[in-house]
Amino acid sequence: MEELLNILREMHPDVDFEKEEHLIDSAVLDSMDIVTLITEIGEEFDVTITAADIVPDNFNSAKALYALIQRLEDET
Amino acid sequence: MLFTSYRFLGFLAALLLLYYILPKRFQWILLLAGSYVFYFAAGPSFLLYILAATVTTWFAARRIGDNLTRQRAYLKEHAEQMDRGAKKAYKKGEERIRRRWLAACLLLNLGVLAVVKYTNFVISNINGVLSLFGGTGLSPVSLVLPLGISFYTFQAVGYLIDVYRGTVPAERNLPRFALFISFFPQLIQGPISRWGDLSRTLYQEHEFDGRQVAFGLQRMLWGYFKKMVVADRVLAAVMTIVGGPEVYRGAYILAGMVFYTLQLYADFTGGIDITIGVAEALGIQVQENFIRPYFSKSLKEYWRRWHVSMSSWFRDYLFYPVSTSRWMQRFTRFVKARLGEKPGRRLPVYLSTFVVWLATGVWHGASWNFIVWGLANWAVLMASEELEPLYGKFHQRYAVRRKLWYRLFQVGRLFLLVCILNLFDCYPSLSLTFGAFASIFTAGNWEILWDGSLLALGLSALDYGILACGTALMLLVSLSQRGGSVREKIARRPYAVRFAVWYGLFLIVLLMGIYGVGYDASQFIYNQF
Amino acid sequence: MRRALKIVLSALIVLGSLFFLQRLLTPKYVDGVVEGAFVAEYYRDVPDHDVIFVGDCEVYENFSPAVLWEEYGINSYIRGSAEQYIWQSYYLLEDTLRYETPKAVVFNIQSLQFSESQREAYNRMSLEGMEWSPVKVRAILASMRPEEHFLDYVFPILRYHSRWSELTGSDVEYLFKTKPVSFNGYYMRVDVRAAENVPEGKPLADYSFGETAWKYLDRMVELCGEKGIQLILIKAPSLYPYWYPQWEEQVEAYAAEKNLPYINFLEIQEETGIDYAADTYDGGLHMNLSGAEKLSRYMGRYLADEAGIPDRRGETELAGRWAEKLAVYEAEKRAQYELYGMTEED
Repeated sequence: MEELLNILREMHPDVDFEKEEHLIDSAVLDSMDIVTLITEIGEEFDVTITAADIVPDNFNSAKALYALIQRLEDET
Repeated sequence: MLFTSYRFLGFLAALLLLYYILPKRFQWILLLAGSYVFYFAAGPSFLLYILAATVTTWFAARRIGDNLTRQRAYLKEHAEQMDRGAKKAYKKGEERIRRRWLAACLLLNLGVLAVVKYTNFVISNINGVLSLFGGTGLSPVSLVLPLGISFYTFQAVGYLIDVYRGTVPAERNLPRFALFISFFPQLIQGPISRWGDLSRTLYQEHEFDGRQVAFGLQRMLWGYFKKMVVADRVLAAVMTIVGGPEVYRGAYILAGMVFYTLQLYADFTGGIDITIGVAEALGIQVQENFIRPYFSKSLKEYWRRWHVSMSSWFRDYLFYPVSTSRWMQRFTRFVKARLGEKPGRRLPVYLSTFVVWLATGVWHGASWNFIVWGLANWAVLMASEELEPLYGKFHQRYAVRRKLWYRLFQVGRLFLLVCILNLFDCYPSLSLTFGAFASIFTAGNWEILWDGSLLALGLSALDYGILACGTALMLLVSLSQRGGSVREKIARRPYAVRFAVWYGLFLIVLLMGIYGVGYDASQFIYNQF
Repeated sequence: MRRALKIVLSALIVLGSLFFLQRLLTPKYVDGVVEGAFVAEYYRDVPDHDVIFVGDCEVYENFSPAVLWEEYGINSYIRGSAEQYIWQSYYLLEDTLRYETPKAVVFNIQSLQFSESQREAYNRMSLEGMEWSPVKVRAILASMRPEEHFLDYVFPILRYHSRWSELTGSDVEYLFKTKPVSFNGYYMRVDVRAAENVPEGKPLADYSFGETAWKYLDRMVELCGEKGIQLILIKAPSLYPYWYPQWEEQVEAYAAEKNLPYINFLEIQEETGIDYAADTYDGGLHMNLSGAEKLSRYMGRYLADEAGIPDRRGETELAGRWAEKLAVYEAEKRAQYELYGMTEED
């Protein structure tokens, strides 16, 4: 989880990712951020997030995103 | 059947009446029948295209959906016997089957779209190359672009990919699916609806709800106002300026850019207002396509708020797949290893964005104009992305970000930028477009802006007055919208006020709308796409 | 109860204001272009005419029913309007027969040359004034150009919605009333512009009249036959638009075949005494008062002698009505002479 928060903080230092629950809905993360994020996560966690996984529910909070990563780790 | 024709109004009135008289379980069937009548009226031969898209997409999606269900059941059943590797191998095999259905259906539908839309564009380019070598050209083919094919094809493709991704179940009933593809209010100019959104209310049984029907009609009326009073009025000046590129140069182009931007906004958002209003009167919810786009402060924001259904379509079904593809990940690693961390993070994104804007340009129309328009958008977006650190420093030093004047400056800057980009829409060739743009700086005929020359463009002083009032009203409504639905606000007022507002608006459309003999009911700008 | 009142009141406001706006915006044709008012004026006259003229400007500017009455006691009316197409003439005749059955109908065959409406504005001027009946519906359907809609005839406000910026005082003055602008359908002009250098007709690719035009002439012949009305075909002596000899042949052949009298006034200038230097107000297109009176005298003689139209000057009531009309007619004459700075002898 900490690694993920680090990645996020590096992108947007001014956002409190532990609390924010509407990263997509309130447009904190835009589509370019998401792609950058996916690349970083891919390297850090060795999982592949595909376009099918990019839905607001998975990206609206750091917690949800972490859950997605764990799910993908389980599957591989 | 244009939205601004008597026939459409008659058709709609009859449909609404039947819709609420018939037993509720037939409502969606009536809509399907109505949609096909609507489409048939546009051109009987077009039916073949939409039927082909409907049947193929429905069939492929069912195959994919059935396969997914089977896979899930199989895995559950054999959960004990299979180890991780076996499961993975099995899944991979099944996915290959699904992928094949997906690819075949995409190829077919996008192929049809490409053939009817781009054959002549390709031929003219081949001819251009041939003529360089003194060869004789090919003759263009006569293909009629079926009404709304760009929109319904994209809607079908979006559904198919959603099913493939497992985000929505495949629809088993062909007629029901046919309604999703052909739903008449959005057939001509979108929005490009998602199955997940539209199917929620499309097939429901709808009880007559006076308030909802009234709200729908009010939304339509507002759309007619934008389209008939504003857009079709200013169109005369746009046509004059664009129609005489050798006469209308310099300051005329500046005026024309603003006129065209106003026209496009009023026409397109007005048309969508009618679409959403019609759907609302039927009790069906169609997603918003515009979120006050000209209140945006950057082009990036603008594209989140203008023609939302299209930009989000390109994001979800092109940008994400391309940017997260294995190929792109490999490219990222390559760039990172060679050029370092930062370019490695950006270049792939820029490249994916390039692909998206190229496609967006091509989708808008079969001409180099639109391709350059798309790439110009891309260039501006990327440039502002690159300049982001610089802006950051500026804002650290000067605390203007929250100041009203600065935000107004941003809004004005964005408006001008969009005006310039819209220029690509106007002229038939790139050289005319660039020539027109350059003449703004070279012609030096600024006096035409106040010496009465603008009155010779097909608009009288009275027309300009109406346009100014109409624009002010649209602005006011947008401002008020930020605090919630304007119709809700009006609905809370006493009856006399409500009556005055809506009947007044009706009279304005009736008396000041551009329609009837002597005027070409101008087609919605987007319906050629 | 309050709810019902609200609904009724709102409906009244909506209907009332729309009706008012429609009246306000529809052209009144009381000054300037008055041709649009002719068709409607017919319904205000007592329908017991013995002769009905139908046709375009070549009838309503060329024959004066006042002269026919004064000199022959013939009670006649002209149902003509600007560039009235042959199907419009046919339906106006059918419309007229809903009210009366004249002894003779005089039709000017100029409009045989058109088989479809040429201008929307002329359609409006010919059709708008008709009273609503199945005949009017058929007339509209036969006349509409591709860009026109039937609904625009039912609700003229849709057609004239943008006229609000061009309203004049007379739109308000004649909101709910009107004034006569013709004399039994005759449009009086006293001024003179001699016919000079009338252009020759350009050669046409095809001189034969269209199928539609013939169809309506046939129907006119049939209708008159059924009702026992004598149909008289004429060609008014307008020098322009050019009347081709090839057209003349076709009409002559048709008249002979159907056994109809046909008078071509272009060919009997001596008998009528038309002087193209003095009897036209627009260089040979239309007759002025002097020309129209000459043609009327000739036509009156023909109607009395050949067609046996009775002299009704002995009918007191009718004579009384005509006396009133003639007074207005003379007053208009004097007013126009004054306007153009002329005397009656000019």
